[in-house]
Amino acid sequence: MGLDINTKKAKKNAFRISKERGIGASRIRVPGGYLKAEILGMVQEIAEKYGNGIVHLTTRQGFEIEGIHLEDMDAINEMLQPIIELLDINQQDEGTGYPASGTRNITACIGNNVCPFANYNTASFAKRVEKEIFPNDLHFKVAFTGCPNDCGKVRLHDFGIIGMTMPQYDPSRCVNCQACVKGCKSLSVNALRVENYKIVRDEEKCIGCGVCITKCPTRAFTRSKQKYYKLTLMGRTGKKNPRLGEDFLIWADEDSIVKIILNTYRFVKEYIDPKAPGGKEHIGYIIDRVGFEEFKKWALEGVELLPETKMKECVYWNGIHFDR
Amino acid sequence: MGYQLSRKTADEVFGKLKERYDIFAPKLFQGEGCFSDTDIIRYGKIDSLDEIEYERRSDYSFKEALIAINETLFYFTEDETTVPSCTDKKLLIFLRSCDLHALKRLDAIYLENGPEDFYYKRLREKASFVLMGCSQTCDTGFCVSMGANQTDQYDLYLKLDGDFVLVDCKSEELAGYFQHLETEDCAVTADYVTENKENVTLPKNLSVDSFQNPIWESYGSRCIGCGRCNFVCPTCTCFTMQDIHYRDNSNVGERRRVWASCQVDGYTDIAGGNSFRKTQGERMRFKVMHKIYDFEKRFGYPMCIGCGRCDAVCPEYISYANLISQLAKEEA
Repeated sequence: MGLDINTKKAKKNAFRISKERGIGASRIRVPGGYLKAEILGMVQEIAEKYGNGIVHLTTRQGFEIEGIHLEDMDAINEMLQPIIELLDINQQDEGTGYPASGTRNITACIGNNVCPFANYNTASFAKRVEKEIFPNDLHFKVAFTGCPNDCGKVRLHDFGIIGMTMPQYDPSRCVNCQACVKGCKSLSVNALRVENYKIVRDEEKCIGCGVCITKCPTRAFTRSKQKYYKLTLMGRTGKKNPRLGEDFLIWADEDSIVKIILNTYRFVKEYIDPKAPGGKEHIGYIIDRVGFEEFKKWALEGVELLPETKMKECVYWNGIHFDR
Repeated sequence: MGYQLSRKTADEVFGKLKERYDIFAPKLFQGEGCFSDTDIIRYGKIDSLDEIEYERRSDYSFKEALIAINETLFYFTEDETTVPSCTDKKLLIFLRSCDLHALKRLDAIYLENGPEDFYYKRLREKASFVLMGCSQTCDTGFCVSMGANQTDQYDLYLKLDGDFVLVDCKSEELAGYFQHLETEDCAVTADYVTENKENVTLPKNLSVDSFQNPIWESYGSRCIGCGRCNFVCPTCTCFTMQDIHYRDNSNVGERRRVWASCQVDGYTDIAGGNSFRKTQGERMRFKVMHKIYDFEKRFGYPMCIGCGRCDAVCPEYISYANLISQLAKEEA
């Protein structure tokens, strides 16, 4: 009797069907790539009991337990339960593994848990968005990075969130050592200059990276209480037209970004190609088809941007076209 | 001799003091540290005892309450200069034993080193000092090694102890605030530490020959010249001058003095474009020898009081304490 497996169901349940007949892989999402070390032991246990002892660290900061027998999926799902609970993944039925796989694991650089450059806690924002958007079958890629260095490579994602801070300058604490000016010039965009021994920040040029703040030896430059983000849209890899995500919002707040991502799910449900293979069409191609204006209308519904948020009225993408 | 009063009474006294004094104390500035979601403890004007950060040592010292980071010396027009007026209020500054020892160094530099400094003096005369005891040592301090762990040179000692406040008042000016209060007399001795985690021995035989020591280059090559060690130091007093010509009318402006750092580019620049100490190693040598050699030759005691702030703030993990201990070890 041959193996009788519903591969669509298995894939949705976060199992991979491998090139070797009967063999697959179990995929574990780790929002923000931030996890307690005890989970590693659990992954090891599954890999040694049901897999071939090999684990792949996926490109999206998850684990893929290799070499599992597809008939063991139910047993593996049982063993995944404590991992799912420790990582606080939304789930409908206990012991049944992951309820969806379309919306991909949310990735993040290490962020301000560790990195001196980061402007916010990337892992906790990633987890907040995970709670909002998972489970969902639609193919969404969201990534977080702490600062405009973009170590998280978020411009290759549908939604890229880049941490920003609005430098607060207290001239009465400034000694004109120019560490900020030199730092901004060598590490960032050269947005600072000196006038009458004090610093003038070019607000148009400043990308809110925070280098001036980390360089300041007297706390003349400090971070804004409000945390700001740049939201980049519709970067992608792929066969047709790989491209970097483009800026949509600059100096945006957390709530607006969450709303825009949720609104985009509604937009995609409305406009996704009903004949898309496997129900999977990248959002970027949908926007290319229906137009940015229409996307924007849906995305901004109910969104109240901060007065200081700058929005690009229209977004144009370049990238490489292999499909023309 | 001292007394114990209830926290409520102490808060009332504080309210009265505020009418006559600007009160400065170490405060936690949330989110204002170098890095995201980090805090900083530095001096600021306070409105209640609750605002004082009593547990941890401040990252920046009390000196900014006496020597503004930027101080306008005078405003000038084409034919007149005006000296800005000084605050009408008196000053009350909360600080620790090491800081009070540092105050002696500030006084030495600004009042006993040639002509008295007008701007320092006019604020200093208004200032009274409240000692915050240390019930335990901070991490990088070596006040015991420097003999700065204890002091009786305070105007007021104040210890917050839950619902009670312990007070020892040495100043007549402040004593009036505590008379006619419901207090209980009790013996109050200021808390101080007798041991630090860091013990530092000063080298005793530094001389011009010490210039050749390779230690300066070895530390200098690690130094990024940011000046944090100077800016947090309670005994660094260097400043530079800035003449600001207002943009709308360049014949009018002001002269300021602004904190300077011997580690930062520009400190030894002179007319003609030369600069005396070009490398960070030379600058490190200058700083260390000023702290523990040159100053002592002039005043009879070392400048450094062992607060350890420079070690705690250095982004390149350069330990000044370790550097001077190494110098001492080499001599032995």
